[in-house]
Parts: sequence; C-alpha cells; structure tokens
Amino acid sequence: MGKFIKHQIKTWGLTELFKGLSVTGKYFFKRKITVRYPEEKTPISPRFRGHHALRRYENGEERCIACKLCEAVCPANAITIESEERDDGTRRTTQYDIDMFKCIYCGFCEEACPVDAVVETRVFEYEFHERGPHIRTKEDLLAFGDKHEEQIAADRAVDAKYR
Amino acid sequence: MFDALQAFLSGFLFDWLAIVITLVLQAVSVVLPIMLVVAWLTYAERKVIGFMQVRMGPNRVGPLGLLQPIADALKLMTKEVIFPAQSNKYLFIIAPVLALAPAVAAWAVIPFSEGMLVSDINAGVLYVLAVSSIIVYGTIIAGWASNSKYAFLGALRGSAQKISYEIAMGFALVTVLMIAGSMNLTEIVNGQKGGFFHWYLLPLLPMFFVYFISGLAETNRTPFDVIEGEAEIVAGFHVDYSGMTFGVFMLAEYAMMILISFMTSIMFLGGWLSPFEGIPFLEPMFAWVPQLGWLAFKVSFLLFVFLWLRATFPRYRYDQLMRLGWKVLIPLTIVWVFVVGAMQYFSFGPWFN
Amino acid sequence: MTFEQFIFYLLATIATVAGLMMISVKNPVKAALWLVLAFISTAGIWIMAQAEFLGLVLILVYVGAVMVLFLFVVMMLDINMAILKEGFTKYLPLGAMAAIAIFALMYMVLGPEHFGLEVTGNPVIQPADYSNTVALAVPLYTQHAYAFVLAAVLLLLGIVAAIALTLRRRSTTEVLYQDIDKQNKTLAVDRFRMVKMEAVVEKDIVTKEEDDK
Repeated sequence: MGKFIKHQIKTWGLTELFKGLSVTGKYFFKRKITVRYPEEKTPISPRFRGHHALRRYENGEERCIACKLCEAVCPANAITIESEERDDGTRRTTQYDIDMFKCIYCGFCEEACPVDAVVETRVFEYEFHERGPHIRTKEDLLAFGDKHEEQIAADRAVDAKYR
Repeated sequence: MFDALQAFLSGFLFDWLAIVITLVLQAVSVVLPIMLVVAWLTYAERKVIGFMQVRMGPNRVGPLGLLQPIADALKLMTKEVIFPAQSNKYLFIIAPVLALAPAVAAWAVIPFSEGMLVSDINAGVLYVLAVSSIIVYGTIIAGWASNSKYAFLGALRGSAQKISYEIAMGFALVTVLMIAGSMNLTEIVNGQKGGFFHWYLLPLLPMFFVYFISGLAETNRTPFDVIEGEAEIVAGFHVDYSGMTFGVFMLAEYAMMILISFMTSIMFLGGWLSPFEGIPFLEPMFAWVPQLGWLAFKVSFLLFVFLWLRATFPRYRYDQLMRLGWKVLIPLTIVWVFVVGAMQYFSFGPWFN
Repeated sequence: MTFEQFIFYLLATIATVAGLMMISVKNPVKAALWLVLAFISTAGIWIMAQAEFLGLVLILVYVGAVMVLFLFVVMMLDINMAILKEGFTKYLPLGAMAAIAIFALMYMVLGPEHFGLEVTGNPVIQPADYSNTVALAVPLYTQHAYAFVLAAVLLLLGIVAAIALTLRRRSTTEVLYQDIDKQNKTLAVDRFRMVKMEAVVEKDIVTKEEDDK
C-alpha cells in the first residue's frame, strides 16, 4: 500500500520529469568547454601526425637515400619512389610522391625510415581545391621540411628518449 | 488607429478597397513581428540546447551568432525546390502553405494587451481551437503528395497524434471557460485580475500541465516529435521538401509554438496582468512594466520551457504516446471538469464568485 | 456591392466550385480535400450570417476531426478506378431517377417560395456583444435537456460499441503485448540487484611464476 501511494505521488507529481529538467537546468549555467577553433586551439602532441615533410641534414644534403622502406610499408600505397645513382655515387630519389588523398596518416613511413627523412609534422590545416596539388612531389615535401625544420627537430628531440 | 486609416482611405477609394487595405495592414502588423520572433526563436533554440549540452551554440555569424537566422533564411531561399518524381505538384506546393496559414491566422484574435488585438470576437477560444485544428492538413497533404513511404508514415503518425491530443486540449480549455464564463480572450484575462492567487493557474494546475503537454504534441516538439522521428523515418512528412518549402514548415512549427505559449499565458498565467497586483510594496515597484512586457515575459518563459524540454527528454514510443493521450490526459481532464463544477457550486476560493 | 456582399459571393463561389469538384474529381484524396474546402467556405458563410458558433464548430469537428479521419482511411486505399467504373451505364437510369427524386424533394422543401424577406421577415440585427453561443446553449440545456442527454448517451454508446467491435486480444503466443502501466511501475530494484562480494585476488598465477623460477 505504501509502495502504491509512493508510486502515485511520483507519477502525478511528475517528480522524475522535474528531476531530469533540473539536471539540464544546472548544465545550462555550467562553464562552456567548447574550443572556439580558429581563435583557440587545443594543444598538439609532439607525436601528432599531420602533413608530411622531407628533411635535410644540417649541411643541406637531403636525408632520403631511396631505400623505399616507406613505399613498402605504406598500407595505402600512397608513396611512389623512383631512384638513380647520383654523380657522387650515392643513391638518391628522382621522384618522391605522396598522394594525400590515399594517405591515412598512420605514421608507418616515419617509423620505417632509417634516416629520419620522411616525417609527419604538426601541420593539419591545409586543403586542396582541385585534383593535382594533392600529389605532393619531392620538391614540395623538401620545401615544406625546410619551412618547418625548427619545429620538426624540436618534436623529434622531445620524443627521442622513447624511441 | 486602423479605424482612422480606414476612414481616411475610404475618402478617395472604394469602401471595400479601403477595408481590404486596412485589413492587410493589420495582418502585416501582427504577422511581421511574429515572423521575426520565429526567426530568433530558432536561434534561441540552438543556443539554449547548446548551453544545456555544455556547448556554445551558433556563434559565428555576427556578434554572438545573432545574425544566424538571417543566414539560414538566405540559404533556404537560394536553394532549389525539388519535386519528387510522381509527386502531386499542386498539393506538394499547397501543403506548406496549409501548414503556415492557420498558424498565422490564429493570431487574429490573440490579445497582446488590453485592447491591442486585431479582432475581439466573442468565440475567441473556439476560433483558436478551430484554426489550429486545420494545421494537421499541412502535415497530411505533405506526406501524401510526396509519394514517399517515410513521408506517408510521418503524416499518418502526425494526423493520429494531433487528433488525439486536440481532445485533451479542448477539454482543458473547457475548464478555463467554466471559470471565466466567457470565450472572449480579453474577458478571460480580465477575470484573472487581482494578483498571482487570482490566476487560473492554481485551481487548474493539472489542466495547465495537460494543456502544455498537449501543446507540445500539437506542435510536434520533443518528446512528441514521432512525426519527424529522425531515427526511424528520417524526417517524417517533410523528408522530400527542400529550400523554402521546408523553411515554411519550420516557420509554421515555431509560429505554433509561440501561439501555444501565448494561449497558455492568457488562459492560466493571467495574460498581461502583473503577478503583484494587490501586494503593498511590489505593485507600485513594478508599475512601470507595460502590459505587453508582462505577457512577453510569461511567453518567453514558456518558450524557454519548450526548448528546455527538448534538451531534456527522449522521444516517446508511439504506443506510449497514444496511451498518454487517451488513457491519462483525457480522463484527467474529464475528472477535472467535474472538480471545477464542484468548486463552482461551493464558490471555492477567490476564483469562483 | 458592399464588402459583405463581395465576401459572400466569393465564399459562395468557392463553396459551389468545391462541391462540384468534390463529386467530379477522380482521385478520392483530392475529392476529400475539395470537400474540406467546401466545408471551410460554408463555415465562412455561416459566420457571416451571425452563426459564428456553428461555423467554428463546423471547422473544428468536420474539418479538424472527421475529414482527417476520412483522409486517413482514403489515403491508404489502393483503388482501381477501372473496376469502380464498371456497370456505370447499367445503373445510370436508376441513379439518375434517385437524383431527380431527391432534387425534387429538396426543391419542394427548400424552394424559393419558402425563402425571401416576405416569408421569413427581416433578420434581426443583433448588437455587437450578442453571444451566439449563449443563445444556442440556453435552450439546449433547459428546454431540450432531455433530448440533448439522450443524444450524448447515444454517441457514447456508439463509441463503446466501436471499441468493443475492434478490440481483440489475440493469445500471447501469437502476439506479444506490452503492458505499459506495468512497465512504468517497474522500479530499479525490481530489475537490478546490487551484490556485495569480496574482491577475488588471483594468487595462483603469481605462485606459478614463482614455481617456474
């Protein structure tokens, strides 16, 4: 009987509805945690996998030795490499293309690279408006690496002891 | 004001033309503000629901996102209106009109403050009920003319739901009419003079909830929006509508929400009357608030409740929804008709004398 | 032409055209919609004739409820018009005779000699605050209270009979029914049992590793 009366009070008093309303009512006044993106940005990990880049040694020589390990490991077949022997007898790439539409940003290329040549940077704000530029050539990637070298080197240094 | 205009116009025009022009101007002067409120109600809805979900809501267009409704309207107007294959073109176009027209026509008798209304008719309540009962045609015709199964299912759900809840709504209004002894909306408000304890809210508290819940069902708001039911029938009756034809359905829904809020404030919350009437200090303190201000305050609170409910409750299952309408709300209203009769007989409280 | 006359002729034209379209249009859904239009314009005419209560109730009851249910059914029909048209000529003479008979009867009762100002007299112009509703309600609840209650009981009987005819409960092996009242009454404790138990520490694995050493 007591249970019956309790149930009736709960039903006709709409207690559970008001309980639910009080929860959303409280949240109405809570601090909003949205990150207003273009003005505010969340912190990015040094391990962030964004746009690719090809790096150089400090003397300006490109690191890539055309071992094609990244091409082999790439699960999306996004990397295409052609190579030849240069005049000084070293092996270098003539073509190093990354198809950014195929790329899944897994970071395997970076892990496979024995000379830390191909890396993924923090840069994620880029876009393509037509087909064509989405295939990043060797020149594009080297230029990109030169532009962001400072940040790339700092990120590698932070992460070095966990490798 | 409009009488003077009509007299001035009939000086050099046909009589009937003067009347028509005056009527059109009257209608525009009511409908235009309503449409503006509708536009920013959509903004308020997104903002309120966003805040309750610890989000910001729209904040890109203009300061605080305040110009968002204009951007939305421009987008909808420039989009193409698509006619589904094998659809019935005329009915397809007429459906949104039929949805919006009654939602706008009902405003003809809504008083905004003492004497500030288009037409003060005796059967005001009945007029609002009758006009809002036509709204269902917009839904039905839209669902049928689209020649789509989802739209059709939405239309069937909608028509059954609206008819069911209209009964509860009508009975809830009957109790108000019993107390007020009039169907004139101005007289109903004036019958509630004398402060908060003279409003019909207290003797009709269950009816207040019944009316508001039925109002939710009539306007197809959550938790009663099975008619749209994005989970199972995509968008219900307006799944095939695009561009401004879709926008008109939205306008109708929000105009109806505002109408229900106005009716609830007028019927149960004393309309434009101050809640502090007859209280020594508070009454002169709030004497500067215009009548329209009090009504606007009550209406905006009820509209906030509409949005609050949407942010809080999940959708009803259809059989539960029908059960609530037929087995809970309608019996409750019928019982309360008798309770009000008894209260009337014994001249109970300040409401019956 | 005064404004009232203009509105009257407008509504009358709409009502007549809608009525004609309703019986001549092929699609049943469209026919129902034309009927709705006829109802609405008729309600307008009634309101103009100072019968605002009747006019609004016509919209509320017929347009808002009856025709919606009608449409509800008609929309779900899949009618083959060719089969419906079969035997049209065979039944035409009989149908025409019935139509003429009904028309003649209507003419006898509602013919022009029964209307006009010399028969009915000038209609009384009521003051602006005259309430049609009260004028209708007072005789209904006093003079005709008995008939009114009888009609109400009849309607209630109709509702009960309709529900009794359509309500069928099949055996629960065929169809699963949901008892919503029962569902609503369920409490968390009925469905969910909190159990207190000691934490189990899996010592075996540790000892095995030690054995290996």
